Amino acid sequence: MTELPLPVKAAKVNARNVQVYYGQNHAIKDVNIDIPSESVTAFIGPSGCGKSTFLRCLNRMNDTIVGCRVEGRIEIDGEDIYDRRVDPVQLRAKVGMVFQKPNPFPKSIYDNVAYGPKIHGLTRTKAELDEVVEQSLHKAALWNEVKDRLAAPGTGLSGGQQQRLCIARAIATSPEVLLMDEPCSALDPIATAQVEELISELRNQYTVIIVTHSMQQAARVSQRTAMFHMGIVVEEGPTDKMFTNPDDRRTQDYITGRFG
Amino acid sequence: MTFATPRQVFSLFEADVRTRNRNAAERRFRLYGVIAITISMLALALLLFTVLDNGLGAFRQTFIEIKVPLDPARLDPSGTRDVEAMKKVTTIGYGKVIQAGLVATLAEAGIATDDSSVRDVFNLISKEAPAQLRNRVLANPDLIGTTIDFRAFASGRVDGYFKGRVSMASAELDSNISPAQLAIADEMKAKGLMGLHFNWDFILGPDASELRPEAAGLGVAIIGSAYMMLIVLVLSLPLGVAASIYLEEFAPTNRWTDLIEVNIANLAAVPSIVFGILGLAIFINFAGLPQSAPIVGGLVLTLMTLPTIIISTRASLKSVPPSIRDAALGVGASKMQTIFHHVLPLAMPGILTGTIIGLAQALGETAPLLLIGMVAFVRDFPASPPEGFFDPASALPVQVYNFTQRADPAFVERASGAIIVLLVFLLVMNAVAIILRRRFERRW
Repeated sequence: MTELPLPVKAAKVNARNVQVYYGQNHAIKDVNIDIPSESVTAFIGPSGCGKSTFLRCLNRMNDTIVGCRVEGRIEIDGEDIYDRRVDPVQLRAKVGMVFQKPNPFPKSIYDNVAYGPKIHGLTRTKAELDEVVEQSLHKAALWNEVKDRLAAPGTGLSGGQQQRLCIARAIATSPEVLLMDEPCSALDPIATAQVEELISELRNQYTVIIVTHSMQQAARVSQRTAMFHMGIVVEEGPTDKMFTNPDDRRTQDYITGRFG
Repeated sequence: MTFATPRQVFSLFEADVRTRNRNAAERRFRLYGVIAITISMLALALLLFTVLDNGLGAFRQTFIEIKVPLDPARLDPSGTRDVEAMKKVTTIGYGKVIQAGLVATLAEAGIATDDSSVRDVFNLISKEAPAQLRNRVLANPDLIGTTIDFRAFASGRVDGYFKGRVSMASAELDSNISPAQLAIADEMKAKGLMGLHFNWDFILGPDASELRPEAAGLGVAIIGSAYMMLIVLVLSLPLGVAASIYLEEFAPTNRWTDLIEVNIANLAAVPSIVFGILGLAIFINFAGLPQSAPIVGGLVLTLMTLPTIIISTRASLKSVPPSIRDAALGVGASKMQTIFHHVLPLAMPGILTGTIIGLAQALGETAPLLLIGMVAFVRDFPASPPEGFFDPASALPVQVYNFTQRADPAFVERASGAIIVLLVFLLVMNAVAIILRRRFERRW
């Protein structure tokens, strides 16, 4: 599916000279990256290289961490998200996130998905909300499995279903960018395949950014890949090229399994 | 690289010395645990047995049942049935009526009395009885002229005789009772004029003076304690939860919040009597609130309970998994929405448990209440809230303390009875805590 050359798309996210500090620790150094819209971009790299940290900068989830400081400029649609006028709450409605561990709310399946639209006032009537919930669960390929038990607790689903529920919850607020932090690390291969298929579908509507430890996954689902190492982006480019003919020695070592 | 030398094991069926030692240590430790639990269970059993053994008697009281003709000439000399005029007749007048009724009842039952023993027989009845009869008549003047069935408390000594506290031998030495009186009491019991019955007045009635233990009740103390618990709950739950949420979720970590945190932890350990002094100085001397009032007691106990609630609430807020916060923030919930929609409901069982434990602690607290005047002898029921919060009242633990201070041995039984009532309240509160926790937990 990645054989065809992708049409060049405008960058959705631009990061310039991004620095992140955790107290004294300089976790992200000088990251510059452009992420095109309606595509899947994978962040790969060894543990502790800062890819998750950078991902969490994109919806300002790092704001909640005490002692974390972000410098530089991150633009989404040309707007600096660290500008003082930006309300992170509004930003997070536009930039959804799926976490490493499935973390559905301890509420019903319906309420899990409906929560975002409710708090953002995206629907006016119950019927509209029902529609949004159904659409989101459809998009997350979960509808057929849960349509008869929407009132059952979300925590009662299997791990893969829970993660798809989290994806449904994230897309229910109609974000433009979807961040996924190792969404399949807690899932078995079957559930992983389902989620990956889902990611490929989501690409048509959203700008998906995925952090993954699996080279195969990055190769399967992404169009562009960025390789992080020790807080810097060592190489970034089309996934095909990254996995067949990387420019950087470290990328080559990493994807061939020589370190990391 | 060095590896650990493999253990020299010849057979898995045979434990080596090390393993045997380890297993022995484990067995010893288990034994210590069993011993510790046995000792505490025995202590608990002993405590419960003593309290129940001493106190259950307080719920049953010896009553004398007589027919009392309510003589209009004595009780309503004016003949108008006007309550105000009837109030001029004191309990002495009612005493005479009861005495007359008693003599008649005894004669009817065939118990011989002569003039010298009438006084003795009358003394078998509690000194509370004339007041009881007076209240009953004043509440319903139409009774005058009729003959009513009157159930009066027997005196404390007679009650003690039927409960085994007083014997013929001890009566010899007692100026309040004589063997002859007890003999009459026995006779009355045989004729069904005297007997043990459940005594609602012990739970619902007011306290009585030292001379009439048989009439002493817990009503005022229970109402006082209930009022205080109400005040504590209404003040400390919102204050405590709001303070904890702010400190745990919103407050920046700096020198000030550290200071506050240390102080809250210290406050939880401050001896309760110190809170009593504080209440006396601030609420009574400075703010001018009345003494012995549930409002002051409630405020003092609120101060005492707040640290408990804050500490337990913060602990349960902290124990909510961060992934839930991430999830809520990730879909664009504001901090407050995250807390109120997701964190607080998950922390609710812990908060409720902490609150009820704090309330139970406050319910059993005595020392600070002594200092703010709740130790006073209060016979009048406080009004209904909110005015009642400012009326003098007693409190259950203070009532226990009061009973134990009194000379008459009949109060030993009543003190234990009051402890039983207090324990029942505590048990009910703990049961409520457990039920609430179960209910809230089942939702997820």
